[in-house]
Amino acid sequence: MTRAVAITGVGAVTPLGVGARALHERWTAGRSGIEDGLGRCDEFDPAELLSAKEARRADRCTQLALAAAAEALADAGWDGAGPHDPDRVGTVVGTGIGGIATLVANQDVLRERGAGKVSPLGIPLMMANAPAGAVAMRFGLRGPSFGTVSACAAGAHAIGTALRMVQSGEADAVVCGGSEAALVELSRASFAAMDATSPTGISRPFDARRDGFVMGEGAGMLVLEHADRARERGARVLGELVGYAATSDAHHLTAPHPEGEGAARAIELALRDAGLEAGDVDYVNAHGTSTPLNDRAETAALKRALGLRASEVPVSSAKSAIGHLLGAAGAVEAVATVLALRDRVAPPTLNYAEPDEGLDLDYVTDGARPLHVDGRAPVAISDSFGFGGHNAVLVLRGMAA
Amino acid sequence: MSATVTAQQVQEKVFSSLVEFGADPDAVTPEAGWGALDVDSLDLVELAQVVEEEFGVEITSQDMQNLPTVGSVIELVVARAS
Repeated sequence: MTRAVAITGVGAVTPLGVGARALHERWTAGRSGIEDGLGRCDEFDPAELLSAKEARRADRCTQLALAAAAEALADAGWDGAGPHDPDRVGTVVGTGIGGIATLVANQDVLRERGAGKVSPLGIPLMMANAPAGAVAMRFGLRGPSFGTVSACAAGAHAIGTALRMVQSGEADAVVCGGSEAALVELSRASFAAMDATSPTGISRPFDARRDGFVMGEGAGMLVLEHADRARERGARVLGELVGYAATSDAHHLTAPHPEGEGAARAIELALRDAGLEAGDVDYVNAHGTSTPLNDRAETAALKRALGLRASEVPVSSAKSAIGHLLGAAGAVEAVATVLALRDRVAPPTLNYAEPDEGLDLDYVTDGARPLHVDGRAPVAISDSFGFGGHNAVLVLRGMAA
Repeated sequence: MSATVTAQQVQEKVFSSLVEFGADPDAVTPEAGWGALDVDSLDLVELAQVVEEEFGVEITSQDMQNLPTVGSVIELVVARAS
């Protein structure tokens, strides 16, 4: 039994700018938010939303989550109190690392000035559940609230978990997504040490010359509402979340299964959860990290799960335009997918020029392309995979014309 | 050090710290209580760290429980510094 859940609001802060529309429109136009090998949210100013006290009580990853959540709730047309009993509104926000900038700053204080100088705000700012707690507190959402932790699949796990909360009747609505602000020296050095990040600083998913991902920061948030509740209040519905599945490779600490076994299972199970088949898929928003291993394994997984349909459906990666937002990636990419389905467009994979042997899907390498669905409600899958072997796949559907 | 600490110096430091924590500058007076300034126990730990750094006076969280206003903190710091 699967019950579709309405997506009534989206919000995002990304290297392409502040706002879900900035992400969607600029990516679709082929613009990149990557500069000097990093995807920073240069346009983000926390003072536009947060008081001085709120800002200093939130690590950057929480500030980004608050901004994206504020946008998503406004987009959903919620006024101050919101349309639902706040006890029945949940908050689920994933992050890969949490407040790592706070952690390293306090480690410096500890080393240089002693234990007595460590900030009492250290723990509440660095904890990985801080974005979820802060969003619930700021907007008075009193249903279940927690974070999800699964590296680069955390945002997708948060959204999938939120879907289940609504489907099970535990909540009428959930504010869900992911946030990450990990562009500090420690994480950059650590990813570089494992050859995960691109030494050339170029994100070119699926291209033969790809040499690692480009780190980015940002947040993406969605408002999910029980379809009946959304209809009752006359909400504008952007799209639907119709399926979700999560699996584990149980294979290696960081490397994906080479044939994408766990990823393929997640795609198959998510489609089954949605009551759909491979032939129903109109667009794939790929995890597409630009690492040699992921893009090969993900291509194999798509072929395995979608069969012949894999070679027909457009597949593109937002990471070519914004970099890899780690725990926020799945959420930001879900936001981008919702708007792509709304506008019937497959945004492009940027920086692609050289095909790699065996990587022969339609990666949308010559600019954005219209999705021709003849008035049907278009369907997309959004893949997310995390170090640790975590796979999470969302199935989204646009509204019929 | 102790001979040079004046109430004026302590007040300036305490006031500026509270504003940095997010308190409304116009509301920060010696008579103001913590609730009115939206100052909580986490802020008071930070305030204690600041005055220890600046004036070498240790204020424990137990002390803070008996210091209901901005002025009472200033008085304690001045007393202990001299």
